[in-house]
Amino acid sequence: MRNLHVLSAGLQTTVQDRGRSGWRHLGVAHAGALDADAARLANRLVGNPLDAAVLELTLRGPTLRLDAPSRIALTGATASARFEGERVPSGRPVDLPAGTLEIGSLRGGARAWLAIDGGIDVATVLGSRSTDLRGGFGGWQGRALRAGDVLPLGVGLRLDTDTPHAPAWWIDPAHDSHEPIRYRPSAHPAATALARRGWNVSASSNRQGLRLQGLALASPGGDGVSEPVAPGTIQLPADGCPIVLLADAQTVGGYTKLGHVIAADLPRLAQCVPGQPLHFAPVDGATAYRLACAARTRIARIGVMIDARLAAV
Amino acid sequence: MNSRPACDIEALADDAWLLRLGDRIDPELNAAVHAMAARLRALEPPWLRDVVPAFASLAVFFDADEDPARVHAKLLALLDDEPGASHAQATAAAGDVEIPVLYGGEYGPDLESSAAELGLSPQALIERHAAGDYTVAMIGFAPGFPYLSGLDPALALPRLATPRASVAAGSVAIGGAQTGIYPRESPGGWRVIGRTPWMLFDPRREPPARLHPGDRVRFVAIDADEFARLTDAQDAAS
Repeated sequence: MRNLHVLSAGLQTTVQDRGRSGWRHLGVAHAGALDADAARLANRLVGNPLDAAVLELTLRGPTLRLDAPSRIALTGATASARFEGERVPSGRPVDLPAGTLEIGSLRGGARAWLAIDGGIDVATVLGSRSTDLRGGFGGWQGRALRAGDVLPLGVGLRLDTDTPHAPAWWIDPAHDSHEPIRYRPSAHPAATALARRGWNVSASSNRQGLRLQGLALASPGGDGVSEPVAPGTIQLPADGCPIVLLADAQTVGGYTKLGHVIAADLPRLAQCVPGQPLHFAPVDGATAYRLACAARTRIARIGVMIDARLAAV
Repeated sequence: MNSRPACDIEALADDAWLLRLGDRIDPELNAAVHAMAARLRALEPPWLRDVVPAFASLAVFFDADEDPARVHAKLLALLDDEPGASHAQATAAAGDVEIPVLYGGEYGPDLESSAAELGLSPQALIERHAAGDYTVAMIGFAPGFPYLSGLDPALALPRLATPRASVAAGSVAIGGAQTGIYPRESPGGWRVIGRTPWMLFDPRREPPARLHPGDRVRFVAIDADEFARLTDAQDAAS
């Protein structure tokens, strides 16, 4: 059986898949890769089922030892990865013999996803292998990885390779990071004001929420009656600085809602680095749906291209 | 009960509609929320992914591949069809749960100060808390954390000025006009008056939560021996 040995953990490395659905009524967060499409494409590159568990890397990746040959793929922000000193390119399947993979720092974004053939073989909890950091379950022992952890890998391609190999082609599903983040404003008076100001991503952002800094919006202050919230919900706390909830957010909240970031733009939030400027633009429901369909089509097309390339090898 | 309660519908996410029946904490509103949730769950439309009830609103999560506008239309049609029997449905779907609690001592560090603040003896606070008929108004804050409505208004207490960095799992507490139970060790600002030996949430158990939205709850005071016995029994079972 193959294992993945964590030599150094990186800033926040977690096991994620497409997340948990159907348990929010019991207070269970969605969790899952912050960019589910990128995780899915990484799986596709290594021949995994699309819901296999991958590692989500944050700003600085881990150093890992593979104890048997494996096929890996990195998607998301560009990693400065090296295998035994040799550069490992992103966006393509890379065959590696046993040895040490050092991911290093990420460039041009905050998160990347590492798929390994066979997937990270941790137990399924409430229908998902994703780590619920607040709940302390799922993934690897309900927490981010630490040096010394040894993660089991599922049965994969049974490669027999003694030198690293990567094809010359790659995929680049990068998002346009300069366009405003599109959202559906709520009926709240401050909802449209969000788009009229520039914001910066706060360093206190995490998988629960993206905190924004800027000229504070007028806030009614205090908590209202708690209502359900969802990944993408834009909250306005008493200090007037909005929070965009992400996959690990709790299920109910009492803050004023300014609306929600549309599904097509949620993956872009995963790449926001502290200090990054951010703008918002309001859209209506029909536009949100059209953009979601366009995003799905685009990812499906990349998937078809990957399969064609893999079949041609 | 021959028409659905008036509600606003707004987009909560691209894959969720929020149905708002009101904007206050009120037992009748909350009962209407649970009735609507029970009805949607019973109807089981194929696009439905989750129904999340809160105090006066509920979220309806649906298959992200569906056109939200079409789901909206189907949702309205479902809610307008088959009126009546919804409260009965919710009542039938809800469970009755008795939760054993060891009040006071090291397990209820705020019992004495809370009783003093309310002008009651600790024993009177215990008796009145255990005499209540509660309803799980919603679950949130953390997996399995029940917000229980039905607290005797004379027992309402403001939250601690400085929240505790750590509240033990199983702590039974009062926060404002509600009472709740911490399923897992976590920070918290509610007044802790006792502890249940029960594990309220275990993701490896089926179902993972002891309490569900809409359940009716009573607290039963137990002594230290019973607490130890129930703890052992639970450990043996898991």
